[in-house]
Amino acid sequence: MILEVKDLEVYYGAIRALQGISFSVEKGEIVTLIGANGAGKSTTLRTISGLLVPRRGEIFFQGQKITRLPAHKIVRMGISHVPEGRQIFPNLTVKENLLMGAYTRNNRAEVEQSLEEVMTRFPRLRERAKQLAGTLSGGEQQMLAMGRGLMSKPTLLLLDEPSMGLSPLLVEEIFEIIKSINRQGTTILLVEQNAYMALQVAHRAYVLETGRIVLHGKAEELRANPRIRSAYLGEVEEQDGV
Amino acid sequence: MEYFLEQVLNGLQLGLMYALIALGYTMVYGIIQLINFAHGDVFMVGAFLGYFGFAVWGLPLPAAILLAMVACAALGVTIERVAYRPLRYAPKIAALISAIGVSLFLEYFSSLKFVFGPNYRVVPRPFAEVNWKIAGLTVTNIQVIVFVVVVAMLVLLQFLIYRTKIGMAMRTVAVDHNAARLMGVNVDNVISFTFAIGSAFAALGGILYALAYPQIHPFMGIMPGLKAFTAAVLGGIGIIPGAVLGALIMGQVETLTAAYVSSQLRDAIAFAILILVLLFRPKGLLGRTETEKV
Ligand SMILES: Nc1ncnc2c1ncn2[C@@H]1O[C@H](COP(=O)(O)OP(=O)(O)O)[C@@H](O)[C@H]1O
Ligand SMILES: [Mg+2]
Repeated sequence: MILEVKDLEVYYGAIRALQGISFSVEKGEIVTLIGANGAGKSTTLRTISGLLVPRRGEIFFQGQKITRLPAHKIVRMGISHVPEGRQIFPNLTVKENLLMGAYTRNNRAEVEQSLEEVMTRFPRLRERAKQLAGTLSGGEQQMLAMGRGLMSKPTLLLLDEPSMGLSPLLVEEIFEIIKSINRQGTTILLVEQNAYMALQVAHRAYVLETGRIVLHGKAEELRANPRIRSAYLGEVEEQDGV
Repeated sequence: MEYFLEQVLNGLQLGLMYALIALGYTMVYGIIQLINFAHGDVFMVGAFLGYFGFAVWGLPLPAAILLAMVACAALGVTIERVAYRPLRYAPKIAALISAIGVSLFLEYFSSLKFVFGPNYRVVPRPFAEVNWKIAGLTVTNIQVIVFVVVVAMLVLLQFLIYRTKIGMAMRTVAVDHNAARLMGVNVDNVISFTFAIGSAFAALGGILYALAYPQIHPFMGIMPGLKAFTAAVLGGIGIIPGAVLGALIMGQVETLTAAYVSSQLRDAIAFAILILVLLFRPKGLLGRTETEKV
């Protein structure tokens, strides 16, 4: 078990966003957390990466307790969080954004090699390396955010809605990249509103509703589950046409 | 004509000193959106420590300058740690009130007999003032020193921010604390570092100021502090080149007002600029007019 979340309860002021959730991720898996807007998906990722402190519950990463560690230490342990809405640094160049992803690493030669790998995976980032990141299109920004996330050579990659706001063609491309990153050995925890795509690439899935996990299982089982089909997949199919 | 050009040189000297102070305001604002009202008082402490180091403790001038810069860096870091960090994510007004409190504390604490004392002190010149006649213009060695030192510091700062890892981290913290944290940046350390640099610059500014206008006292930081703050706002607060531009303009306006209008108006005109900028161009000369990110 690479990640184990136990009975996590998180508040924003008086609002209880997570009501005691538990789940786990095995090494090599893609696990997806799906659910409607406001279900608590981003809150879960933010708590794992240390941006939020839970009121109750524990998080273990590779057997070590990381609950309440500051975010900058959690990155060093091998968890990389690609946040919702990309959060790239618009005032830095594309290359500088990628180098920021390797902020925790000190071996220059190795960082250069990672830079090379990321730019090979995302050729458009190489073309735009010297451009300010704020000038990129939405899809390019998503690729930059993912490339930046890979620059720390994470053991576990947390992806928050990588398909948000992208055209169907780009969504396909992003999900192909997610699969290939996973095949090359990175474990992925994927948060998506696009349940249809998420259940295509994931091995297992958890369904989050108002801060509670209401269902979990193998991705193909959930794809066949009538409740999921009507509540999540039906919606998504309609949205696809828009 | 010569009189005019000499006034411009005086204005340049003043503006460069304001620039050194304004950078501290603007860097801190850029990174935590706080007006550090105690910054002018750090400038004052720098001037006093330089004076004590050189004139009282008998250190060589470079050592006295270094001592003042390091001590003020530590002071700036401590101020942030004690007075601003606990309020970082509280409403802005809380940190602002805290800043004013720190400013008053530094002024009145410094005035105590066993600290710097309440009196004006005359700063002995570490070297004689030399005048050079260049093409009919009088240039002083002090002006040359101020110019060289400030320009060197600006180049150094530019290098730090655009060519080093910590500088890159500073630029990310200025955009988004949480996004920077996710890269592994220790945001608290970056903020401390920013205060250290800004405060060391203020100390150096204080020493240059005391060299050019050789009289110091515990309230000497108020006016240059407010004017440097005005310069930072004029250029666009949070924008480093803006602070330099604003400071150079302030130096000229103030000196030329004193020379051609009335030396009594020099302060009034400076603050009239502040009011006009806030009313008509609150983002400053180099600030973009897009709505501010919350
Ligand atoms: N910064 C915040 N302050 C207050 N409430 C928040 C904040 N962020 C999220 N919430 C609330 O927490 C709940 C979960 O939000 P979130 O984790 O962002 O959901 P999701 O990512 O699944 O859309 C929602 O009810 C949301 O309104
Ligand atoms: Mg979300």
